[in-house]
Amino acid sequence: MLSLTLLFIPLAASLLLLFSRGGLSRNLALVLTLVQLGFTAYAYTVFNAEGAVPFDFLRNWSAKPFINVHFSMDGMSLLMVILTNLLLPLIVLSGYNREIERPHIFYSLMLFMQFALNGVFIAFDGFIYYIFWELALIPIYFISFNWGGQNRTQVTLKFFIYTLAGSLLMLFAFLFLYNGTPTHSLDWAVLISNKACACNQTWLFWLFFIAFAIKIPIVPFHTWQPDTYKTAPTQGTMLLSGIMLKMGTYSLIRWLIPVVPEGVKEWQYIAIGLSVAGIVYASIIAIMQSDLKRLLAYSSIAHVGLISAGIFAMNLTGMQGSLIQMFAHGINVVGLFFCADIIFNRTQNPNVEGLGGIRLVAPKFATWFMVIILGSVALPLTNGFVGEFMLLFGVYEYNTWLSVFAGLTIILGAVYMLRMYQKVVLGEPIMENMVFPDLYWNEKVVLISIGILIFFFGIFPNTIIELTEPFLKTITK
Amino acid sequence: MNTIIYTSVLGFFCMIAEIFNFRKLIVPVLVLGLAVIFGLNLNDWNSNQAFFNNMVKVDNFSVAFGGLAIFVTLLVFILSTDFYAEDQNHLSDYMSILTFVLVGALMMFSYANLTMLFLGIETLSIALYVMAGSKRFDVRSNEAGFKYFLMGSFASCFLLFGIALIYGSTGTFDIAKITEYTIQNQQNISPLFYTGMVMVVFAMLFKVSAAPFHFWAPDVYEGSPALVTAYMSTLVKIAAFGAFYKLMSATFFYTSWKAEIILNAAAILTLAVGNLMALAQTNFKRLLAYSGISHAGYLMLIIISAKNQPAGALFYYSLAYSLSTLAAFAIAIPIFKAAGSEEISAFNGLAKKKPLAAAAMSMAMLGLAGIPPFAGFLGKYYIFTEALQSGFFYTTLTAIFASMIGVYYYFKVILAMYGKPANEVEMGNSFNYNLVLWLCIALSLFFGLYPAPILNIF
Repeated sequence: MLSLTLLFIPLAASLLLLFSRGGLSRNLALVLTLVQLGFTAYAYTVFNAEGAVPFDFLRNWSAKPFINVHFSMDGMSLLMVILTNLLLPLIVLSGYNREIERPHIFYSLMLFMQFALNGVFIAFDGFIYYIFWELALIPIYFISFNWGGQNRTQVTLKFFIYTLAGSLLMLFAFLFLYNGTPTHSLDWAVLISNKACACNQTWLFWLFFIAFAIKIPIVPFHTWQPDTYKTAPTQGTMLLSGIMLKMGTYSLIRWLIPVVPEGVKEWQYIAIGLSVAGIVYASIIAIMQSDLKRLLAYSSIAHVGLISAGIFAMNLTGMQGSLIQMFAHGINVVGLFFCADIIFNRTQNPNVEGLGGIRLVAPKFATWFMVIILGSVALPLTNGFVGEFMLLFGVYEYNTWLSVFAGLTIILGAVYMLRMYQKVVLGEPIMENMVFPDLYWNEKVVLISIGILIFFFGIFPNTIIELTEPFLKTITK
Repeated sequence: MNTIIYTSVLGFFCMIAEIFNFRKLIVPVLVLGLAVIFGLNLNDWNSNQAFFNNMVKVDNFSVAFGGLAIFVTLLVFILSTDFYAEDQNHLSDYMSILTFVLVGALMMFSYANLTMLFLGIETLSIALYVMAGSKRFDVRSNEAGFKYFLMGSFASCFLLFGIALIYGSTGTFDIAKITEYTIQNQQNISPLFYTGMVMVVFAMLFKVSAAPFHFWAPDVYEGSPALVTAYMSTLVKIAAFGAFYKLMSATFFYTSWKAEIILNAAAILTLAVGNLMALAQTNFKRLLAYSGISHAGYLMLIIISAKNQPAGALFYYSLAYSLSTLAAFAIAIPIFKAAGSEEISAFNGLAKKKPLAAAAMSMAMLGLAGIPPFAGFLGKYYIFTEALQSGFFYTTLTAIFASMIGVYYYFKVILAMYGKPANEVEMGNSFNYNLVLWLCIALSLFFGLYPAPILNIF
């Protein structure tokens, strides 16, 4: 029943928000996301004490076609649920001093998104998982479309159709599995114990892989991403990059690798090759970018490229690293986009060029921006370091040369991140952006919490490892 | 059987009501009468009777589909009070003809004999030819009526000729006996039989507006009065598919592998044509016509897997499709009236003027596009599982790609409502339209989330 409560709180909250107005909406949204965060903390203690049993929920939904509603929990799911529910209050709070039209609908959609994301991470039946996966797409589409910037019509439509196309391929894969299993069950436990026959696995692999590769995005499938990140309102971008992208990497570990092991082994070299190619490609483009949000979007592609490379290396180190990095990247990228939003909000300048000297007028902002950047370039003692180190080690175990290329991410990442920081925050001040008030209270709260999280998980990565290791061992045995 | 008789009585009542000046009573009496008939119809559940020397057979299939047809008609009639508010003079004609469309549909669900099938199709079609051309002073409506009549009667000829050939080779019109014949003579079925079957199938493909016999649909949908279009795209489509399915599930066509090729080719072609042509449409009714063709393509997946008896999937999908389509029309009709145009641009900026209506329209479109949690999604899922189970891998894959394309044109409407600046159109509030609209949306959500009562009725 605990898993139902995890879903119920944000769903009820999103409905409740529809009836609020104006300033009340955002306060209510903040309170409700904090309630959900508190409940998640409670869930964490329960999981540590009693394991998955209190979370198990299994009911038959329909006899033909045979569908079960199955929610459950394990270490990896819990990690992603914590990430989601931890970031949501921060994302809500980050919009506090922004003018948002019709805030009740905006926040309602956001909480509906939280509901869907929680559902994706705790669904243990393929059908239910698919439904939540699709449900997550609808609110973010409307958020980006209604509150977005230039060209939103084309950009968001491309985003929607691109990702939905991927989802439909995944649906086909599930249909395939549905007919492949004698019991017609899509239950996760059944699917991993009852391997689909080897002849189908190439198909299955590609159907799943393309769906997840679009969401992540892995390189040839990434073209929707920079435009969408650029166009969506900042909170939408945070949701997209911080959490929604993790749906893809999570699904690689949850669905692709255990369900289609033969297919993954067969095509592993292509998948990992694409991921590593994406790292280099996206990093180089990021160096060339002058638009701040696009730069962060490409850096995000580079980071998730490394995460998926680590996952496809299919060893314990790589997967463990990917989970740590997923968590870390979620926190860091939300912070980065928030900093970009703060800069844009005060200077109305989306470009890296034409800025400078912010350090002199806003030292607190400069400090916390630096902390987040250090986390993102994987400095030791920040959360980015542990993950990236383990990921590179995982890739190294698979292939030395690939890990050399993947390792470029550290160098190139430092190049574009620090150069950006240098141009924007350091340097000579330019007159027009001298009106740059330092952090407001809500911005302080968000950035300081992110900063604390960056150091906490940099120093104590064991909390994540202890949570997820038992599950990963069953996958990689 | 009672259902058919009572519905016909209702139709006659409408005709006579004109004489006694009961015009105001027509719609209330019809709605009430249909509600009663709906109940009586359900009463026949599990009764399995045959009438008139096995001409008509009432079984669960006919009861379920009959119930759906009556329900859809009921909703359309509720819409008709406002739609025909300014055309009271012809109200009794319109309503009686629309009622006879339902009679034809009910016959098509419960036939057990090919002559009865023909009778049902003709009752339905002739009534519709009239209704399509019922806006007498509108050139497009005239064109629609005439085009539909010419092409429809041509298809009926095919049907009749096919039935004659089948009779020639088997010596009977009775479906059960024809099935028996094909089972007993599996090795030496005469070519005459196959020729007849192919002709019947072609005629049915015309009636369900499947490619390559779909050319009439966009023109007829566009030209007909909007209410008739709504009726055509829901009830008539369900009726045609119900009859087609019944014919195919009698298995006698499946004695040859060539049959599968024909039907698969038709399904793939329909999916491709419906979705690709819909992309370019700017007229909302034409858009829904092509969307109707593409949905016919999905339903064709059920026809090709008819050997497995997937009547449940057909029923669920028909229900989901009609709920979303009717909801769309319940918003579109008043807007068309206010804007005087049936283009998608009539919806521009609806979200600013009527956020609730825009939200409902978005839900209808998402339902048609097959996105969870609406019933349309589960319907598609069910159909795809059935088709895959029957081994039609590539056809299902085509359907998946078709659904991807589908999203684009349904979103055109959503984009117009939310993204474009508002137009001048002022639309009133009508209780009837809102009632139908929210009932459809609520049911679509309800059956999407809790499908168990409907999904496994057979």
